[in-house]
Amino acid sequence: MSTKRVITYAEAINEALREEMKADPNVILLGEDIGAYGGVFKVTKGLLDEFGSDRVIDTPISETGFTGAGIGAAMTGMKPVVEIMWVDFTLVAMDQILNQAAKMTYMSGGQTKVPLVIRTQGGGGRGNAAQHSQSLETMFAHVPGLKVVVPSTPYDAKGLLKSSIREECPVIFIEHKMLYNQKGEVPSEEYFIPLGQADIKREGKDVTIVSLSRMVHFCLDAARELQNEGIEAEVIDLRTLVPLDLELVKKSVQKTHRLVIVHEATRSYGWGAEVAARIQEEAFDELDAPVLRVGAEDVPIPYNLNLEKEMLPQVRDIVDAARNALYLSV
Amino acid sequence: MFNQWESEWVQYITPEGEITPTGEKVWDEKSTEEKLRFYRWMTFIRLFDRKMVVLQRQGRIGTYAPLEGQEAAQVGSALALKQEDWVFPSYRDHGVAMIVGMPLTQIILYWAGRVEGCKPPEGVRIMPPAVPIATQIPHAVGAAWGSKLRKENSVAVAYFGDGATSEGDFHEACNFAGVFQLPAILFCQNNGYAISVPFTRQSASKTVAQKASAYNFPGICVDGNDVLAVFEVMKQAVERARQGEGPTLIEAVTYRKGAHTTADDATRYRPFDEVEEWINKRDPLIRYITLLKNEGLLTEQEERDWEENAKQKIEQAVKEAEAIPPKPSTHLFAHVYAKLPPALEKQKEELLKKEGTYHA
Ligand SMILES: Cc1ncc(C[n+]2csc(CCOP(=O)(O)OP(=O)(O)O)c2C)c(N)n1
Repeated sequence: MSTKRVITYAEAINEALREEMKADPNVILLGEDIGAYGGVFKVTKGLLDEFGSDRVIDTPISETGFTGAGIGAAMTGMKPVVEIMWVDFTLVAMDQILNQAAKMTYMSGGQTKVPLVIRTQGGGGRGNAAQHSQSLETMFAHVPGLKVVVPSTPYDAKGLLKSSIREECPVIFIEHKMLYNQKGEVPSEEYFIPLGQADIKREGKDVTIVSLSRMVHFCLDAARELQNEGIEAEVIDLRTLVPLDLELVKKSVQKTHRLVIVHEATRSYGWGAEVAARIQEEAFDELDAPVLRVGAEDVPIPYNLNLEKEMLPQVRDIVDAARNALYLSV
Repeated sequence: MFNQWESEWVQYITPEGEITPTGEKVWDEKSTEEKLRFYRWMTFIRLFDRKMVVLQRQGRIGTYAPLEGQEAAQVGSALALKQEDWVFPSYRDHGVAMIVGMPLTQIILYWAGRVEGCKPPEGVRIMPPAVPIATQIPHAVGAAWGSKLRKENSVAVAYFGDGATSEGDFHEACNFAGVFQLPAILFCQNNGYAISVPFTRQSASKTVAQKASAYNFPGICVDGNDVLAVFEVMKQAVERARQGEGPTLIEAVTYRKGAHTTADDATRYRPFDEVEEWINKRDPLIRYITLLKNEGLLTEQEERDWEENAKQKIEQAVKEAEAIPPKPSTHLFAHVYAKLPPALEKQKEELLKKEGTYHA
């Protein structure tokens, strides 16, 4: 019998790390302030005590160095989980991630595998300004060779991280800083969620809203507001960008005939454009309205909290877009 | 705890507030006004810093990076600069910013999340604080390069922490500065920790200063809580740079008395004894006040008067900063491009239609 508990997103990730470290002695953690400090978001709390400093490794502030070292260790038998404190600082290590990790298996004709997970966190909502708030998932998804996971709930985060650690290719696992304290049900039994399966977070028949990470919760709030007007929105959480589960989105659109895509990243050139393009390629005849996107304004993220709120998508923007898709005057 | 540096650093004022034998000549050559200037700035900056922590606790500014304990390093180094020199600070260098001419109101606005706060007055050559670690070091080197190419007299200074020396940016910048013999000063405030990670875990080098020898320019270690020594070491480095003699790496050994930022709890990773030692026995301001008093240059009354004066100035600046009305939400688009591309112009118009929706 499954026993349900309620734990936070941070605790769920912590559990996934703990379980995988117990299961495989080759799983090691590398990153800044992850040891005694337990990570600036407390995700690795207690792991140093349990597994020791050979497996929970506080690194110097050298993102290129420890990411590259993680890749080298992965190529030769270890299973490193690298924590980059902010997704914004993956940019410091981009050659290692995009040129090295992503292409190593391909360029070695399949001889070399890179079973590496890069855990990081992104997103706005805390007034952390332009270099500590970005949503960069599309950038990783754009380069072949990486898998990209962007979970929205404690349950998903745990199951997806466990699967990510068991992948044979590099996985970019992007958490959201505003979700760490979010609570949710997580069974105490072990479970895995395979990469590449989207999830219907709310069923509905009138309009499909596709999202991921923190925006899923905004979409669910919007769906509740729409419900008051008699509109039933279906909310789909992609959960992973690569692989992308387009089938579930397509199925939903076959039912609702309307699609709104919501991402926290800037609107232009985001993954929303990719989903919109594929739906019109594969399900054009199903659509009764143009596919609409809700995203951040195309500007860097302001430091000021009020301006940040103006810049990032809000629940009302999603409600408006859904009503637009239904040709209801906004 | 200090052994690794003490054998090699420059120190003119001991933690007890006494002038060392090598410091005597330097001290004697300073005018009373110069001596008091060090004191006034250090006190002012400490009071400002404490006020900022209070403002953060009251929710009047955002997350703040306190600098208490590092006043001597900032005051000594910044006072050795001239108006034409370029400063590339990190997020903990508001003491430096003030000294080179950044108005207090700007600094407060910045920490209140207002981009206007980044803008120095005409003629003040300081860049916005760098938050991603070490990124400002190559920038300073580039500025020094420009200065050299234009045959100007200005030098460029990068301010950064001990943690920054682990980034490639630091090493690449050093290499550049060395290869091209640039008028750059790389000023490291080694405050012992990078968030929770102690310097011993950051680097196997005994000192930061020794790293300069790999790039073949001088690396000098100085007691960073000794304002006189920091000033002299910085002055010599600046002069060398101005003479075309190339870069210097300075390591000012100091201690961050408080937390990494107002979001951090430093008791979780720093031994109590160590913190006590630095706060009670090695404080840069207390040792300097002791010295001034012993020399008959400062009375209790003058001390109180100056503190009062500083507090008033700080309160006034807070008032002024808080009275400046916030920008409208369309300000989001203000500095993305000099001229907005049509698609962004359209986004701005759409935002105008719902202006005030979320803006408090
Ligand atoms: C490239 C990069 N990586 C990580 C961080 C997160 N971070 C912010 S401050 C800090 C420690 C910096 O320590 P140090 O350079 O010694 O300066 P201090 O804060 O002690 O003044 C870290 C790791 C960052 N801002 N930028």
